[in-house]
Amino acid sequence: QRRKTFVLKMPMELTQSRIQKIWLPNDNRPALPRRSCGPQLANSPTVIVMVGLPARGKTYISKKLTRYLNWIGVPTKVFNVGEYRREAVKHYSSYDFFRPDNEEAMKVRRQCALAALRDVKLYLTEEAGQIAVFDATNTTRERRGMILNFAKENGFKVFFIESVCNDPTVVATNVMEVKLSSPDYRDCNSTDAMEDFMKRINCYQASYQPLDPDDYDRELSLIKVIDVGRRFLVNRVQDHIQSRIVYYLMNIHVQPRTIYLCRHGESEFNLKGKIGGDSGLSNRGKKFALALNKFVGEQNLKDLKVWTSQLKRTIQTAEALQLPYEQWKALNEIDAGVCEEMTYEEIREQHPEEFALRDQDKYYYRYPSGESYQDLVQRLEPVIMELERQENVLVICHQAVMRCLLAYFLDKSADEMPYLKCPLHTVLKLTPVAYGCRVESISLNIEAVNTHRERPEEAKKGPNPLMRRNSVTPLASPEPTKKPRINSFEEHVAVSSSLPGCVPQEVPTQLPGQ
Amino acid sequence: VCMTNCPTLIVMVGLPARGKTYISKKLTRYLNWIGVPTKEFNVGQYRRDLVKKYKSFEFFLPDNEEGLKIRKQCALAALNDVRRYLSEENGHVAVFDATNTTRERRETIYKFGEENGYKTFFVESVCVDPEVIAANIVQVKLGSPDYVDCSNDEATEDFMKRIECYKNSYETLDETLDKDLSYIKIMDVGRSYLVNRVMDHIQSRIVYYLMNIHVTPRSIYLCRHGESELNLKGRIGGDPGLSVRGKEFAKSLAQFINEQNIKDLKVWTSQMKRTIQTAEALGVPYEQWKVLNEIDAGVCEEMTYEEIQENYPLEFALRDQDKYRYRYPKGESYEDLVQRLEPVIMELERQENVLVICHQAVMRCLLAYFLDKPA
Repeated sequence: QRRKTFVLKMPMELTQSRIQKIWLPNDNRPALPRRSCGPQLANSPTVIVMVGLPARGKTYISKKLTRYLNWIGVPTKVFNVGEYRREAVKHYSSYDFFRPDNEEAMKVRRQCALAALRDVKLYLTEEAGQIAVFDATNTTRERRGMILNFAKENGFKVFFIESVCNDPTVVATNVMEVKLSSPDYRDCNSTDAMEDFMKRINCYQASYQPLDPDDYDRELSLIKVIDVGRRFLVNRVQDHIQSRIVYYLMNIHVQPRTIYLCRHGESEFNLKGKIGGDSGLSNRGKKFALALNKFVGEQNLKDLKVWTSQLKRTIQTAEALQLPYEQWKALNEIDAGVCEEMTYEEIREQHPEEFALRDQDKYYYRYPSGESYQDLVQRLEPVIMELERQENVLVICHQAVMRCLLAYFLDKSADEMPYLKCPLHTVLKLTPVAYGCRVESISLNIEAVNTHRERPEEAKKGPNPLMRRNSVTPLASPEPTKKPRINSFEEHVAVSSSLPGCVPQEVPTQLPGQ
Repeated sequence: VCMTNCPTLIVMVGLPARGKTYISKKLTRYLNWIGVPTKEFNVGQYRRDLVKKYKSFEFFLPDNEEGLKIRKQCALAALNDVRRYLSEENGHVAVFDATNTTRERRETIYKFGEENGYKTFFVESVCVDPEVIAANIVQVKLGSPDYVDCSNDEATEDFMKRIECYKNSYETLDETLDKDLSYIKIMDVGRSYLVNRVMDHIQSRIVYYLMNIHVTPRSIYLCRHGESELNLKGRIGGDPGLSVRGKEFAKSLAQFINEQNIKDLKVWTSQMKRTIQTAEALGVPYEQWKVLNEIDAGVCEEMTYEEIQENYPLEFALRDQDKYRYRYPKGESYEDLVQRLEPVIMELERQENVLVICHQAVMRCLLAYFLDKPA
């Protein structure tokens, strides 16, 4: 018979942390773990294992999912075995490398997978990673069994994502969009590349054992994505994060479309240098609204949805468009709490400590009785989810909100987010391309005040080491680890810093007219 | 945000005792809570209204022509009410709760949906585990009006024969034959799911909800923080600490929880001092959720109701007019609260034993969800 010993607690003395405004007990007993920003999203680390023939969207899903998870604050990283192979085998000659009877190549490929798993283990056990996405074909039971054993040995949860698609048009489109420009086909023309790739896919077909949740794989946690999201089979979702992953995968699509982000027109408060509040548009702001109307017309879009916040200035801007629009409270500007409607000078005078703290850690800093960028991410998550479901959308919002949304689309870290440049009277046009997002910055050439504050010099030195982090820092999806650490090949020295086609060409750090 | 344009017709599918009515009611409760007017139409209820006394499973025999006629009549009457609800009474979602186990019946319903401009979404529950079925029968069938004069054994025997009546003609949703329909197939009480052609936002939310609920027995405890210093002064909002009596309450709560002997209790608080102080007394790990913070009274924060009436007489009156929709200037409404609490409800559905230490308005919202109270 167990009896819990019950100890009467001391008078519940609490202190509020200075940056995040989180209440914590004074003595901060280490025995009681604390989480500050919401539900525990994941406890054991998780390995997400992609499954599928080449050109089925595994890398697309891996990268997109990783971007989403990092944005919501779950440290996630992709481990693409193909990258390891490219590091190990300097020059790709032909599909012959992938023939199932090519013993030498099979050995190399297996070593690459093992090297990637070693890095997965490092990331999850020593680098504070929560989720590792193991991006490879993983088309045989034998390979998946090996991964399951690895995970079991290390106490990791495993979640499989299989992409099944037999539509030849889809496969051909994928090949054109992301394979022809791969480093493997750097020296080929498109026709030759296409032909070689199709033979490559063929090498996998005979040994492909799809996941079988009805029988062989009935104990595994998995989602099977069929025909680019027409159908899903989900088996044994274990926890909150897997449930969120399933929900996300079921909402994304690959239809070409464009997302436009802009702020409201310049407001009366902008003119006075006041933050927050609910003021109307200035004269120049109204001009912007009309210019926006013209711009939208010129874009000639089918079915544009328009979203605004519930603050007057975004709604006034939308009214000029003469299109139906939806108001989202979740798109309201960051709540500056006691600093609402003040100028930065007034804040510096009346709340000097708060002013300094904000510059120290602008992402986590919560205004007294207000919000932080971290809070914004939580409140904007349903907006992101609905944006994923939609097609052409124009979001008319606010500076901090726009920075958060942009950080999601451009895979910017928490550290960079509060300093992204989102000037007034400028539209950012986002188009999905290959594995990422192309961004175009279009200024509508109406004068406006500059509301951007650069990261102060002192803060550039890095975060205050005395500051405690209660929650996980959202990261930009880390660069993939490339070193294969294979003994039978030379050490590879230089590592290229970006993958082809996956980083947007234009990043709004320096916009014209700023 | 407007979530539905066309009304949606949800059609349950499955043998008796597979949880269709359980799902219908729970889903209806959830959708209404998040602000989507939803109503369920249980054909069995129509049958009970028409055929005053249930005699035996023989009513359901596939060759009982009289029975079949009545049952079809009931289905049509229910569909008629669905049409009235969705097309004339501003309903957004109707849940058509019946076995709907033949393709023929489902086609009739689908055509009905098309004719009226509704989107149709099927929810099928498939379960072959005899233990689950037996448990369902014990939980909800033995107490049914159909078996009011029977012993438990007689009722169970009759009900099992009733299920048999449907088995031969049961056509489960098929990968090929039904490939153009929108549906979710729930297998073995949520172990696995098959989802086909989700068409819009509301269907996506429905799928997410169905995938998060479970039937494992558990308890949810809801309470407010202990009495606060501002409570004592009759002031609303703010971020005060506990009063002396509030601290007493926290200690009593700790004792109460201890006595309940709950396995793996999760404790959640808001990020306001008073709930956290209360949780501290428990001596167990707890999670702080900002979304559990009390309703933001905007310009009225930290005022007494008398002060609000003096300083903002118009606002004071407006709030009494429509307390659910009324938003404090620069603050929130109950309606806003529901939107921010939805992830809490979703996570509560996923969890097992949970204690939520929160605030008055927040607790009212959560309670309204569990007890199916309207806005």
